[in-house]
Amino acid sequence: MWIDPSRPAERALVTHGHADHARSGHGAVWATPETLAIMALRYGTEMGTPMPYGDGFEANGVKISFHPAGHVLGSAQILLEHAGERVVVTGDYKRRFDPTCAPFEPVDCDVLITEATFGLPVFTHPPIEDEIAKLLAARAAQKEGCILIGAYALGKAQRVIAELRRAGYDAPIYIHGAMQKMCDLYAAHDVPLGELIVATGLAKAEMKGAIVIAPPSALNDRWAQRLPDPITAMASGWMRVRQRARQRNVELPLVISDHADWTELTETLLELRPSETWITHGRTDALGRWCELHQLKARALDLVGREEEDEG
Amino acid sequence: MQAFSALIDGLIYTRSRDHKVRLIADYLRSTPDPDRGWALAALAGTLSIATVKAAAIRAMAEERFDPMLFRMSRDYVGDTAETVALMWPEVSADAVAPTVSEVIDLLNSTSRARAPNVLAELMDRLDANGRYALLKLATGGMRVGISARLAKTAFGQAFGVSVDDVEEVWHALSPPYAALFAWGEGKSERPDPADSAFFRPFMLAHPLEDGIVDLDAYAAEWKWDGIRIQIASTGGETRLFSRGGDEVTGAFPEIAAAFNGIGVVDGELLVRGDVQGGEAASFNALQQRLGRKNVTAAMQAEYPVFVRLYDILFDGAEDLRSQPWNARRERLERFAAQLDTVRFDLSAIIEARDFDHLAEIRAAAREAAIEGVMLKRRDAPYLAGRKVGLWYKWKREPLVADCVMMYAQRGSGKRSSYYSDYTFGCWTPDGALLPVGKAYSGFSDAELKWLDRFVRDNTVARFGPVREVEKSLVLEVAFDAVHESKRHKSGIAMRFPRISRLRRDKPADEADTIANLRAMIG
Ligand SMILES: [Zn+2]
Ligand SMILES: [Zn+2]
Repeated sequence: MWIDPSRPAERALVTHGHADHARSGHGAVWATPETLAIMALRYGTEMGTPMPYGDGFEANGVKISFHPAGHVLGSAQILLEHAGERVVVTGDYKRRFDPTCAPFEPVDCDVLITEATFGLPVFTHPPIEDEIAKLLAARAAQKEGCILIGAYALGKAQRVIAELRRAGYDAPIYIHGAMQKMCDLYAAHDVPLGELIVATGLAKAEMKGAIVIAPPSALNDRWAQRLPDPITAMASGWMRVRQRARQRNVELPLVISDHADWTELTETLLELRPSETWITHGRTDALGRWCELHQLKARALDLVGREEEDEG
Repeated sequence: MQAFSALIDGLIYTRSRDHKVRLIADYLRSTPDPDRGWALAALAGTLSIATVKAAAIRAMAEERFDPMLFRMSRDYVGDTAETVALMWPEVSADAVAPTVSEVIDLLNSTSRARAPNVLAELMDRLDANGRYALLKLATGGMRVGISARLAKTAFGQAFGVSVDDVEEVWHALSPPYAALFAWGEGKSERPDPADSAFFRPFMLAHPLEDGIVDLDAYAAEWKWDGIRIQIASTGGETRLFSRGGDEVTGAFPEIAAAFNGIGVVDGELLVRGDVQGGEAASFNALQQRLGRKNVTAAMQAEYPVFVRLYDILFDGAEDLRSQPWNARRERLERFAAQLDTVRFDLSAIIEARDFDHLAEIRAAAREAAIEGVMLKRRDAPYLAGRKVGLWYKWKREPLVADCVMMYAQRGSGKRSSYYSDYTFGCWTPDGALLPVGKAYSGFSDAELKWLDRFVRDNTVARFGPVREVEKSLVLEVAFDAVHESKRHKSGIAMRFPRISRLRRDKPADEADTIANLRAMIG
């Protein structure tokens, strides 16, 4: 039995629907109902055993259960219990409020296998309200053009839309065609996103003053050339570092992340105080060093197939 | 400090020059004195805080952060000040951010030993962007892609005054420029530039398309392939300015030191010997020196520079700009006679019987430092900018070669979604292609689209951002010269190559050979 296997496996536990965690082609899959729906949308008719938060099952004497991770819709931590020992795999997680998914639940454990995407002390994600305010101010100043936001199609895009709505922005939001199905899926899971319009084939004049959301790969592509005078924004935790934003030709960096920042990572460790921490998925060296400084037993767990940087 | 840090970040992320100017102008209009004056000084590079050095920032980091975590973070971020700003504990909600002038006053009134503490207390009162702006302000290295000239342009735009007027008074003033803002807002007279060496805008030339000019009315000079430079000296101080009006004295100290006249002259900075233009590296070396605040003695020795003078704007305090070229030329010849001949000479007048004769002389000129011919109206005053009918540049006919596209890379800015930078090659005797140059201009938008499609459809390999393409497309490349180069495997390099035509009709194996190109070395 594997967790988020990078190659097709007989039996797979899947934490959430991002492509680097949920691959296609497994035999049997256990995941939350939302994650299974996302996988079905992405990979066609893939079936699995739905595991709502809190539910579990037993295999080979190991009790396996799923708990909210607060990362994206359906994201879960996985708790493994065997002979009185508890191991938690966080998957990707965050501790901040997110209107599009269930909040992270701390789960007591002996061994914590934690992600470390933003495991460097330079990463502090500012309050999302500040970033949304920055976005709305830029839009107000850009009457003749539009704001084009790069955001990952699963999770980030819907969170930005939901936060815009929460800030009182009720105009239609324009989306890249590749995002439509995922937005529909969120809406069907009681995450209201308001009026969304697919931006393909619209006249430039129609999109003046609009907020347009597209996958990051579309930002510098020809698709974007049909938009009226766009300001290029990007919603990602990586935008905290100026050079990273400049490399991607981003004019309006929005530091919005679905991962725990340095403070969340370290405070979660202090809160759970596992007797051992395994660090994976990101900057294992810096978080390992922090554990050493705080006398927490930790080691890096390098996973195969994970050399790509996470979505941020 | 918040408005200032928002400005700094705006400038970092904005690529368009006009938009940068607008951001600065908005800030200067909406910010009170003396904050805006200090900010203007920081942008123009005239602000220096003696108590804070880069080492103070490292010391601050070492005192507060685990050295290993700091090093890992610094390696990732790539900039010490930014790393410290990002790692610093978050500001408490009740902290009151300091103003720019408070920062300057506090840092200027402390000692070098106390400065890191003062800086740290200021850091505690700012958010991450504010901390970044603070550290950049304190160490004087804004690095936001703004030249002094651009900062002055923004001031001019903010208050509806001409940048040349700003330039005239600039060097007479010092930060925080209260008198400058008072004048800009119409509250006082223009400040008096007094006795300072400052930049006067250059007179520029139009290209001579296909007209003929009468040599009785126009004087002909060579057009030199160096860097346009203005030397202004009051006797007390000598400053050098480049095309945009940016001061480059520090980059060419030997020129400033050797200049013993009083006045303002216009000329071309060149490298002594036959390296100029012979090997593109010498021109590049000049370009690189242009961007520096200081140069080493070794750099000075490697490429001995001199200025070839062609005009005079001021002789002593006497403004000659309203006088005709003929009269200025006479004054220049007299003026130049007193100068050190190692560092200064006169651009010669070409003696031609008539225009046809001039065309012959121009066609025969093969000296590498000659880019073409300048034609200057004999009765024209020295006027700022490009005025119709007064000065013409008549460039040499470009050389052309048929080359084969080998690699393509995405462009930058507006072009970043197109493969618009092309490396092309010519044939060796044994049928291999070797790169001879790279070009990213000369084609129309429609041709760019076609080229982009060609690259995408004919990619055979990818190396990061670079695509290698099927060697099938012939590009006619125009260039100013070709010369020996050790940097290319082909042993030759082109000067200013650009695509002149797409030769979709021509089979790749009929493109030029390296030997053909070599024959054009002149
Ligand atoms: Zn994820
Ligand atoms: Zn992930």
